[in-house]
Amino acid sequence: MGLLFPPRASTGAGQVDALYGYLLVVCGVMTLLIFFFVVFFAMKYRRRDPNERPRAIHGSIPLEITWSVIPFLFMLVMFAWGTKLYFGNYIPPKNTLDVYVTGKQWMWKVQYPGGQREINELHVPTGQAVKVILASEDVIHSFYIPAFRLKHDVVPGSYQTFWFQPTQPGRYHIFCAEYCGTNHSRMIGWATVMDPAAYADWLAGAAPAANLAQMGEKLFEQYGCITCHVTDAPKRAPSLTNLFGHPVQLDGGGTVIADEAYLRESILNPGRKAVKGYKPDVMPVYQGQIDEEGLLQLMVYIKSLSETRTGAKP
Amino acid sequence: MSTTLPPPRTEERVNYLNVDYGWKSWLFTTDHKRIALLYLFSITAFFFVGGVFAGLMRLNLLRPDGMFQHDTYNKLFTMHGIIMVFFFLVPSIPATLGNFLLPIMIGARDLAFPRINLLSWYIYIAGGLFAIGAIVRGGVDTGWTFYAPFSSSYSNTHVILAAIGVFVSGFSSILTGLNFIVTVHKMRAPGMTWGRLPLFVWAHYATSLIQVLGTPVIAITLVLLGLERILRAGIFDPTLGGDPVLFQHLFWFYSHPAVYIMILPGMGVISEIVACYSRKSVFGYVFVAASSMAIAVLGFFVWGHHLFVAGQSMYASMVFSFLSFFVAVPSAVKVFNWTATMYRGSISFDTPMLYAFGFIGLFTIGGLTGLVLATLALDVHLTDTYFVIAHFHYVMVGGMVLAYMGGVHFWFPKITGRLYPEYWARIAAVIIFIGFNLTFFPQFILGYLGMPRRYATYAGEFQVLNVMSTMGASILGLGYVLPLIYLSWAWFKGPKAPQNPWGAKGLEWEAAPSPPPTLNFEVPPVVTEPAYNYAGEVEVG
Repeated sequence: MGLLFPPRASTGAGQVDALYGYLLVVCGVMTLLIFFFVVFFAMKYRRRDPNERPRAIHGSIPLEITWSVIPFLFMLVMFAWGTKLYFGNYIPPKNTLDVYVTGKQWMWKVQYPGGQREINELHVPTGQAVKVILASEDVIHSFYIPAFRLKHDVVPGSYQTFWFQPTQPGRYHIFCAEYCGTNHSRMIGWATVMDPAAYADWLAGAAPAANLAQMGEKLFEQYGCITCHVTDAPKRAPSLTNLFGHPVQLDGGGTVIADEAYLRESILNPGRKAVKGYKPDVMPVYQGQIDEEGLLQLMVYIKSLSETRTGAKP
Repeated sequence: MSTTLPPPRTEERVNYLNVDYGWKSWLFTTDHKRIALLYLFSITAFFFVGGVFAGLMRLNLLRPDGMFQHDTYNKLFTMHGIIMVFFFLVPSIPATLGNFLLPIMIGARDLAFPRINLLSWYIYIAGGLFAIGAIVRGGVDTGWTFYAPFSSSYSNTHVILAAIGVFVSGFSSILTGLNFIVTVHKMRAPGMTWGRLPLFVWAHYATSLIQVLGTPVIAITLVLLGLERILRAGIFDPTLGGDPVLFQHLFWFYSHPAVYIMILPGMGVISEIVACYSRKSVFGYVFVAASSMAIAVLGFFVWGHHLFVAGQSMYASMVFSFLSFFVAVPSAVKVFNWTATMYRGSISFDTPMLYAFGFIGLFTIGGLTGLVLATLALDVHLTDTYFVIAHFHYVMVGGMVLAYMGGVHFWFPKITGRLYPEYWARIAAVIIFIGFNLTFFPQFILGYLGMPRRYATYAGEFQVLNVMSTMGASILGLGYVLPLIYLSWAWFKGPKAPQNPWGAKGLEWEAAPSPPPTLNFEVPPVVTEPAYNYAGEVEVG
C-alpha cells in the first residue's frame, strides 16, 4: 500500500486516481491562493496605529463575476469527467463473468456460475470483465473494494450490479461500507485476483457437483414451480423458455422486459405484474419462503432457459 | 482596541442580567437575551456530552482491534452524531447568538413572539430529555442517519426514544426560524432597510427559511419510521412491501439543507468579525447577502448526492452532481469576499479574528473536499469512508464551531458586560486550530486509502493515521476546556467592558449598552447609514 493511494488492481482504479489528481491540483491551487491572500493581507495591512480609518471599498462586479465563473469552469470539468467514469460503472461490456454476492449480517456469500460458493472471499481472474450482482438478505450493506475504487450499496428488495476488470494479481480488502449493525466492521473479506491459468485451476479445485443453474433447477422442482410452469402447452402458468430478456405482456396492459428485477418480483409477489392471459392469484406468494441465495440460483436457471441472452440489461 | 472611548460608568446600571436574580425570572422570562443564555448553557452541556462520546470513540480507535464492545462503539458514534447535530449544531448560533443579537441588530426591543421564543427552549429541553433518556436506558445504535430497514426492523436499541427526541427538538428549530422571519420583516427600526441589514441578519434570515421549510420533512420521516417500527406499516422495509431508498430520499431532503442551517449562521458571524477587525465595510455586501439566500434555495435541490451508490438512477445522480457543483459557487463567493474585505484594511489579531482566519482556511478545505465528493466517480470510492467524516468535520467543526467560538468571544462583552482574558483566549484559539487539523487531516488520507466509517475495528495498516487523529483529538479537547474555564471566570471576575470595546459598527455596539437593558435600548434607535460604515462615509442621495 502506498502512502496516499490504495493498490490499483483494476482498469478503473487508475482512471479514478487520475481524476482525483486533477481535483487535488485544482483544489490545492485554490487553497494556496486563498491562504496566500489571507496571510499576505493580514501581514501587509496589519493595524499599525489604533486610530487607522481605512477607506471603504464596496466591491467590484467584474471581480465577482470572475471569481464565480472561472472556478465554475474548472468544476464543469470535474462534473463531466466524473460523470463519464460513473456511467461507465453501470454499463458492462459483453461476455462478463457473472458473480453473485449476497450480503447478510455479517458476512458476504459469493456464488459463481459453475456452482462454486465461498464466504468472505472473492476470486476473479485478470483481464476478464467481472459483473457482480448484489443482493441483501436483511439490511442495507455496501460492497466495497478500495483497490478497484468501487463500491455499491446492497439494497434489500432489489438487485444492484457493478462491474470491473482486474489487472493486478494479489489479495485486496473487501469492506462493508454501509453501517449494518453490531459486527459491521467484521463484515470484511478478501478479493483475490489471479492470472487466468491460476484461476482456472482454482475453479476446478473448488468445483462442486452441480453448477448454479443445476442448483436452481433443483429448487425449481423442490418448490413445485415445475408443476405449472411446464414447457409444453402451458395452461395455468406461462412458459419460462426464452423468457429472460424478452418483453412480457402484462395482465393490466403494458409490457415489461423480463429482467432480473422483474423475475425477482414475480417470484416473490406474483400477483403484482401477472402475465396477460393468466390469473394473478394462482401462484402462491414466495416472499419470505426462499432466501436470496436460492433466488439467485433460480434466476440463473431461468436465464439458462433462454438460448440468447442479448438485450438483457440489468 | 480604541482608546478614545469614555471610561465605563462606575455605578451599576440596571440591565437584563441584574434586573432580577430569582429562578422564576429565568425560567419564565420572555426576554430574548435571557432565553439566549438558557440556550447557551443547554447547548454547551450537550456539546461536552457529545464531545465525551467523540473522545471515547477516538480512544477505541487507538488499536485496530478496538477497546470496547462493538455494540458500545456503535452506540458511541450514534449518540455523538445525534447530540452534536440535533442538540448542538442546529441550535448553536441561531438560538444563542442569533436569539441575543438579531433583535438588537435591527433595532427591535425583542423578537416578534417572545413567548413562542421561550416555548421553543422548553421544546428543545423536552427533546433533549428524550435523547438523554435514550442514552441512559442503554443508547441507540443506528447511526444519526437512522437508515431503514436497520432502524425500523433490526436494531434492538432505543430507536423510538431517540427519534422522538429529534422529532420534538425539530419544533423548537421551526419556532425559532418562524420568530426570526417575522421579526426581520416587521420589526426593523426606522431607517433599517433590507439593504442595511447586517450580514449576520441576512444569514439568519436564510437559515430560518430552511428551518421552517425543511424541518417538517424530517418530522414526517421519523413518524413514518416510528409507524414501521411499532405498527409494522410497510414503508421502508422491503419484506413489508416498502422501499429502503425512500427513507434516504426523505431523510436527506431535510438533512442536506440542515447542513446549511448549521453553516450559514457561522458565515454571518464571520462577516461581522472580518469587517470589525479589518475596519472595513464588507466587500461585495450584496453578493454576500445574496449568496446566503442562494445557498438556502439551492440547498434544497442537492439531497440526492448522498445516494450516488445507493441505487438511485444514474441520470438522477448526474443531475444531483451538477447541482452540487452549482451550490459551491455562492460558498466560494463568500470566501473570496471576506478575503477581499481585508485588502487595504486595518487588521488586528484579536481572538475573534484568529477564529475568523481559522474559519476561512478550514471552511475552504471543507468546501473544496466537498467538490471531490460531488464528483460522481470519486464519490463511489469515497462515500462512507473517513474522507466524508473529515470533509464534514472541516465544515461543521472547522467552520461552524470556530465561527461559534469567534462569535462567543466577539460578543462576550455585550452579553456579560465583562472582558475575557485576551492572552488565554489567543492560546486556546491556536490550540483548537492545531488540535483540529491533527485530528481530521489524517482522516482525509484514511478515507482515500479506503477505511470505511463507523468501524469499531479496522485493518492494521490504518493504525498510524488513527493514532495521529486520536492525539489531535486530545489536543482539541484541551482547547475546548480552556475557554470553558476562562470565560466562566471572566463572566464574574473579568474587567468591566465598555459599550463598544472593539470600536465596532452596528446597533448592538453603537446603540445598546453592555450588557443591554431588558428592552435593549435606552433610546429607540434610528438608522442613518449602511452597515459596516467603518470609514464614516456619508451616503450620497
